[in-house]
Amino acid sequence: MAPPHRPYKRPAISDQQRRRDLALQAQSSRRADAQARARSLANSLLSPSSAETAEGDSERDHEPTVTDVATAASKLRGSDARRWFARHIMLPEWMADAPPHLASDWHVFARPAGKRCLVVSCNGMTISRVRNGSILHRFPSALPNGSKRDISGPASSYSILDCIFHEPDETYYIIDMICWRGYSLYDCTAEFRFFWVNSKLMETTAGDPPSTYHRYRFSVVPIYECTLEGLEAAYSGSTPYMKDGLLFYNKHVHYQAGITPLALVWKDEACSQYIIDTDSKGQVPSEQHVVLELQEDGKLATSDDPPVVFGSLDNEFIQKSNLRPGNLLRFAFRDERVKLVDGKMEISELQFVGRPNRARAFADSHSKALFQYAARHAPLRIEDLVASIQSNHMEVKSTDVEMQG
Amino acid sequence: MNITQILLAAQSADGNLRTVAEENLKQFQEQNLPNFLLSLSVELSDDERPPESRRLAGIILKNSLDAKDSAKKELLIQQWVCLDPSIKLKIKESLLITLGSSVHDARRTSSQVIAKVASIEIPRREWQELIAKLLSNMTQQGAPAPLKQATLEALGYVCEEISPEHLEQDQVNSVLTAVVQGMNQTELSPEVRIAAVKALYNALDFAESNFANEMERNYIMKVVCDTAVSKEVEIRQAAFECLVAIGSTYYVHLDPYMQTIFNLTANAVKGDEEPVALQAVEFWSTICDEEIELQEEYEGNDDANSTVNYRFIEKALPSLVPMLLETLLKQEEDQDQDDNVWNISMSGGTCLGLIARTVGDAIVPLVMPFVEGNITKPDWHCREAATFAFGSILEGPSVEKLAPLVQAGLDFLLNTTKDPNSQVRDTTAWTLGRVFELLHSPASANPIITNANLPRIMNVLLESSKDVPNVAEKVCGAIYFLAQGYEDAESMSSVLTPFLPNLIAALLSAADRADTTHFRLRASAYEALNEIVRVSNIPETSGILGQLLQEIMRRLNLTFELHILSSGDKEKQSDLQALLCGVLQVIIQKLSSSDAKSIIAQTADQLMFLFLRVFACHSSTVHEEAMLAIGALAYATGTDFVKYMPEFFKYLEAGLQNYEEYQVCSISVGVVGDICRALEDKILPFCDGIMTVLLKDLSNSMLNRSVKPPIFSCFGDIALAIGEFFEKYLPYAMPMLQGAAELLGVLDHNDEDMVDYGNQLRRGIFEAYSGILQGIKGAKAQMMMPYAGHLLQFTEAVYKDQSRDDNVTKAAVAVLGDLADTLGPSSKDLFKSNLFHVEFLRECLDLDDEVKDTASWAQGMINHALVS
Repeated sequence: MAPPHRPYKRPAISDQQRRRDLALQAQSSRRADAQARARSLANSLLSPSSAETAEGDSERDHEPTVTDVATAASKLRGSDARRWFARHIMLPEWMADAPPHLASDWHVFARPAGKRCLVVSCNGMTISRVRNGSILHRFPSALPNGSKRDISGPASSYSILDCIFHEPDETYYIIDMICWRGYSLYDCTAEFRFFWVNSKLMETTAGDPPSTYHRYRFSVVPIYECTLEGLEAAYSGSTPYMKDGLLFYNKHVHYQAGITPLALVWKDEACSQYIIDTDSKGQVPSEQHVVLELQEDGKLATSDDPPVVFGSLDNEFIQKSNLRPGNLLRFAFRDERVKLVDGKMEISELQFVGRPNRARAFADSHSKALFQYAARHAPLRIEDLVASIQSNHMEVKSTDVEMQG
Repeated sequence: MNITQILLAAQSADGNLRTVAEENLKQFQEQNLPNFLLSLSVELSDDERPPESRRLAGIILKNSLDAKDSAKKELLIQQWVCLDPSIKLKIKESLLITLGSSVHDARRTSSQVIAKVASIEIPRREWQELIAKLLSNMTQQGAPAPLKQATLEALGYVCEEISPEHLEQDQVNSVLTAVVQGMNQTELSPEVRIAAVKALYNALDFAESNFANEMERNYIMKVVCDTAVSKEVEIRQAAFECLVAIGSTYYVHLDPYMQTIFNLTANAVKGDEEPVALQAVEFWSTICDEEIELQEEYEGNDDANSTVNYRFIEKALPSLVPMLLETLLKQEEDQDQDDNVWNISMSGGTCLGLIARTVGDAIVPLVMPFVEGNITKPDWHCREAATFAFGSILEGPSVEKLAPLVQAGLDFLLNTTKDPNSQVRDTTAWTLGRVFELLHSPASANPIITNANLPRIMNVLLESSKDVPNVAEKVCGAIYFLAQGYEDAESMSSVLTPFLPNLIAALLSAADRADTTHFRLRASAYEALNEIVRVSNIPETSGILGQLLQEIMRRLNLTFELHILSSGDKEKQSDLQALLCGVLQVIIQKLSSSDAKSIIAQTADQLMFLFLRVFACHSSTVHEEAMLAIGALAYATGTDFVKYMPEFFKYLEAGLQNYEEYQVCSISVGVVGDICRALEDKILPFCDGIMTVLLKDLSNSMLNRSVKPPIFSCFGDIALAIGEFFEKYLPYAMPMLQGAAELLGVLDHNDEDMVDYGNQLRRGIFEAYSGILQGIKGAKAQMMMPYAGHLLQFTEAVYKDQSRDDNVTKAAVAVLGDLADTLGPSSKDLFKSNLFHVEFLRECLDLDDEVKDTASWAQGMINHALVS
């Protein structure tokens, strides 16, 4: 028989049990976060407390509240957000050579000049973030659930657009669509995504001029098949925006993170003001510059995955200049120091110039350096692109003939 | 040498003789178990043999049938079951004969062995004649008292060993008849009567249908109540123990007897000896337990036919409360110094607290006059009783009722912390803790603690933390609850900031002061420190917390220099390390979820070094608290944690293999999840080792089942971290998931614990699938195709099961989306042929936001797969 000996002057639970329970709770909520991240882009992009604004202090009108801090604690912050973001935005390679089958497999459009950003609308708010993860604007919009006024369906179902913000007319030009009303377009082909951009935007009034609940206008860009006519239209046709080169998208490419050769950017003087990199004073330097990231082992690498190494720094220099792995550094090199081996650049003597603008989040890609190099010597011209389309065209024709035979 | 001599030698004072005899016994047992057991039973039954050898024979027999360790027990049962039936028959006959022995020890041991045999055989539908044979001992004309006593004891032990469904109702009836007859006043032998009452206690669980029958119930209750006033103390105590058991098991049938029982208990509390009085109070505590549970059940459930609540406590309140208040004045000197004391004033106060929880506001006017009348009396007994009464009723009554009283009395309580009597101070500190725990809410309109009185409260607590250890321990508890009040009002905890340096210093010195005899003060001090850290307001306290971190690390370092001479020393060292690792864990968690994260980053190497040293000084087990702290550190350091992995991995592996201490195993599983999220794909080199151990754990039947759902979730964590590299584990992990899913189909739906466990398991399985699907998404996605059908069937079964909870629903819905997301167009046909998802997702749109969002996401994914 059990002599009852009830707890006397004792708290009901032990702190050890609480510590266990709290650890379990934390684990379970972090698991939920990790899964949510795997499932979608939206949450961490949306959390407004998770990064500073892009335009300096003038935009910092937002007082952090307890809820913000609490939210931020469980979500991504600062550099995490940037790194994460960088892993999720699709970045074109610079076009060094025209790819085959341009006419049949590729779209082309004129890239608006401006800031590349992801725009997320959800829970009655729209937030745009530039490439380094910082917030460009936080505003109401006529995108689905983009303002408090028109919330339809679950408020938290989000839309994510890949845009370029064009300052002169304060318009977001949509160059791609990742998610629409919670419907992910991640694994859809570019062809399908472009079709959706056009048809879905029509369902909203996001294309209307700005108003109280719609601070910035959204606009589609005309997208062409990369035939001779399409290329001509993109290259010479008039657009409401200032052009900054042409973007080529392979029709079958899914929206994928990071630099991809299935999306390409190309520029010449006729369609871009920014064909050759300028220094901080806006002058074209006499030597080519490249921004590289310092690795743990002192090597200097591009932003590609895997990175391409262009040189290295010795330890003494690193310590003397107080550099750390992850630092972005600007270098200059003389043209005669460049060798091209199998389409890859090799540079034998890099000269340290200094640190790039602080807003820079990434090193240059290999293809960018290569494109810049070509632009200074033997640029890929519009005529080359036209020729490539024509030769593809003939190939197709000749195959046809054989098959008939 | 015969068995008698060996058994005697085995108890000899001569160590050599003993060793030889033990060896002989072991040989005999190994060479011929049937004969060994038979000889022991013969030895036990033979009145010619010496009592010492008989006693040992009985003990060895008993130990050959039962063991604490469940694996060993199973083995012994199998051994017995496989014995030759004729040998078993002879052994059982000897045992029954022994019940009539003139030697008391032999009779008692035999009745215990009989119960052990019964516990093996009766559930197997064997030895069905046992009950009849025992009863015939009772009914035979002129049965001697010792035989009746031993027989009743045997009946009691048998009832204790087996469960009600294994006896037929007519067997139960006969047992009860025999037992109740044994309790009758006409039975002259007190030994028989006490054996009968104790047997009744064990048989009560079998008497469900007898209690449902009014006549039988009346009879049993009459006999029990008559027995409660027997001459012999021991019999009265046992009778009250029966009443306590009846109060809890047969509450619904109690109404007609309550007046009688009240009178019995009131007399016992007032005048009977303490063991009886304690049981009488316990009866009322038990009734409180029942009624509190009924109220809690009723709260969530407007069902008219829910079980009846007689509100016995409410009805008895006017007489019950004064009776208990009287007991409060019967304190013993220094009762607070000794954990093993349990006396009438302690049980009376405890019961008063339960009554407050049962009836709420109604108790306040009955207790307050007692408080006011006694709290200033010169006799410390009165002051202590008054304070204890006040502290006891703080839980139950409404805040509206209590707040004015507490506000009026707080200053008095603060003064009483200086009372000359330490017991009064102890109870005062405890009462302050209760006030803070139950009524202190900074966000309320009329808070107990204000900016005006906080400095004084702090001052008093700081002073009192230097009091004698038992008082200081309660003061630490009060500080704990004071801090806890700011848990949900974190920004308001700024008011604590100015006091933190002194508070921390006081708690650290309380922890230091605690000598070896008062470990609890040390624990309370560190736990209060934990709570202060949890609620402290960052960033203004990050500097202070950084210093505290250094100090705790210093202290942990000192534990490695303790002189360890005995296993007791080792245990003390381990306990202290547990407390210190606990504080470190809390600080790491606090700082890493704030902007002060860099403090942890800078200290991570030293912290990890300390934790590894803690592991290293306990070779037999993996230190649980150090493991928990490492989980927090992994989260704080992120990918940098990888540098600790080579050294840490062996301990993690050992933790995962520690299935005896399942808490350690469970925490280690959680830490794997933390590390996966911290390291992401850098965990890959360690995954073979981790997966091997986890898979072994899942197949280990000895591992506490509660660890298994987290292991499944952990598969998901690993897959999410390493992505398509999880491919190589699919052939092992997937059958485990499918097996567990099938097991769920056969869980007992009537057992609440099993329903609960089923839900945990489901959630674990879904989390595993989600992680694996999301991890493998991409180039290798189609590897998941062969598992999709089973997953959908399982999800459908869960959908149709009404016992699933919201967490399971959310996980199930998410997995549907993950399946569509990962497999894309190739899942089209599956979703077309398993259309339950349409209905399922639609139902989810009516649920709370989290489920709804997940459902609409999943719907998008499935639609996408369907239209592509």
